[in-house]
Amino acid sequence: MKLPFLPNHDNPSFFDFLTAHHPALTPTGRSGFLSSQAAAEPMRGAGSMSVPQATTVLAIKYQQGVVIAGDRRATEGFQIAERRIEKVFKIDDYSAMAIAGAAGPCIEMAKLFQVELEHYEKIEGVQLSCEGKANKLGQMVKANLPMAYQGLVVMPLYVGYDLKRAEGRIFKYDLAGGRYEESDYHAIGSGGKDARNTMREHFLKGMAEPDALRLVLLALYNAADDDVGTGGPDLVRGIYPTAKIVNAGGITDVSEQQIRSIYDGLIVTRRSKEA
Amino acid sequence: MPMPYYVSPEQMMQDKAEYAKKGIAKGRSIIAIEYVNGILLVAENPSASLYKISEIYDSIAFAGAGKYSEFENLRKAGIRHADLKGFMYSREDVTARSLANGYSQSLGTIFSQEQKPLEVEILVVQVGHNGHANEMYRISFDGSIIDERTFAVIGGKSEAIQTLLKEKDLTQPPELREALSLCVASLEQIGSQKLSPETLEVAVLDRTREGRRFRRLSPADTTPLLAP
Repeated sequence: MKLPFLPNHDNPSFFDFLTAHHPALTPTGRSGFLSSQAAAEPMRGAGSMSVPQATTVLAIKYQQGVVIAGDRRATEGFQIAERRIEKVFKIDDYSAMAIAGAAGPCIEMAKLFQVELEHYEKIEGVQLSCEGKANKLGQMVKANLPMAYQGLVVMPLYVGYDLKRAEGRIFKYDLAGGRYEESDYHAIGSGGKDARNTMREHFLKGMAEPDALRLVLLALYNAADDDVGTGGPDLVRGIYPTAKIVNAGGITDVSEQQIRSIYDGLIVTRRSKEA
Repeated sequence: MPMPYYVSPEQMMQDKAEYAKKGIAKGRSIIAIEYVNGILLVAENPSASLYKISEIYDSIAFAGAGKYSEFENLRKAGIRHADLKGFMYSREDVTARSLANGYSQSLGTIFSQEQKPLEVEILVVQVGHNGHANEMYRISFDGSIIDERTFAVIGGKSEAIQTLLKEKDLTQPPELREALSLCVASLEQIGSQKLSPETLEVAVLDRTREGRRFRRLSPADTTPLLAP
């Protein structure tokens, strides 16, 4: 029965609830306005809007789980929009997501996805499976397609620990909501290709946690070396990439101190090669 | 044309209230009580999967007595209300008071306008942190809302348990172990039967936890706490 004065909806998805009852709050809520504008002026469609873009993020599997990391830079054209942006988000106790694309909608999607999973867990009394979470994110990316046509691309990289299979998993997406599972590692964003090249050279199956962490940071370092959109370690301001580790014990942040010490080592090695 | 019988509004409300009370009286009781680190909720519930106590938000919990399908519907609506508010504004703007008001409005409207009132009694509790006090709201089938202190009881024999708890000295919030034994002893005394940890549903809102403060205590958690 319908309850007066309280929100009624008939499935456990918060995203569906918003879409049906509060469309203005969904990331796509703006698309009605945007598409009518775009229809009137088709030439002002894709890419005409200048918004901060988040760049390189990556994930890699190791023996007990997954490491996910991202740089801290957001760019707007040839300007740096933000030096300390956070692109890796804890979604729930066993999963994390990193984002590349238009920064605002990206962060909004991560926040909505967090609420989506928590909402499902509270309503149903159980957590969604790892596969279920990945599929749900795919539907949200798909719903964002009209926004992508306007140039507001949201590209997530999703990692989770699958408690049933007892392994870490990595999922990548395409603009149309296509969902693909990666077996070893993946990187997306402007420096994604550079990061993937580094990981391809050094990746080993069943790496130990410290090696995997070192490898993602090295890949980010190399990406920053070759890609203007990717921020490397900023030694002057003390800004370092962020990373999270997802395994059977849940999700943990890698401390800034640990990341700094790995970079200190990397820089010393680099310098000795150049000298 | 046959005329419908005239029933006075007083009579109608009284009949509805009696009907609802009868439904609630069949259900077992649920106790919420303040303990040193937050709020403890204890329900007599032989089912391990059909819950009467549930998490609503970071520091808010819900308990329902009476007809399962009806309070389950209210519980889900409460989660939607809280998640929507938290998403629209911020997590700290979600309050038990606003939710309790929503429930009160909803139950009150259904009681006066629908043929059949809801046969439920519900509790909305919020653990206070950073020096804020706990909040406990008891909402009845007719939408009346009572702001409780120290403890709150809903369900079949709630009045008897309330009388029992009033006699205890609860000026200082007890430890978790004491609070749990007190609740179980009260439920046992009123129901005049022994309750094993498997027949209890126990949860806490623990202010020492970060983020989501609601936690269920399984029989494995409660057994050592209840051991003499």
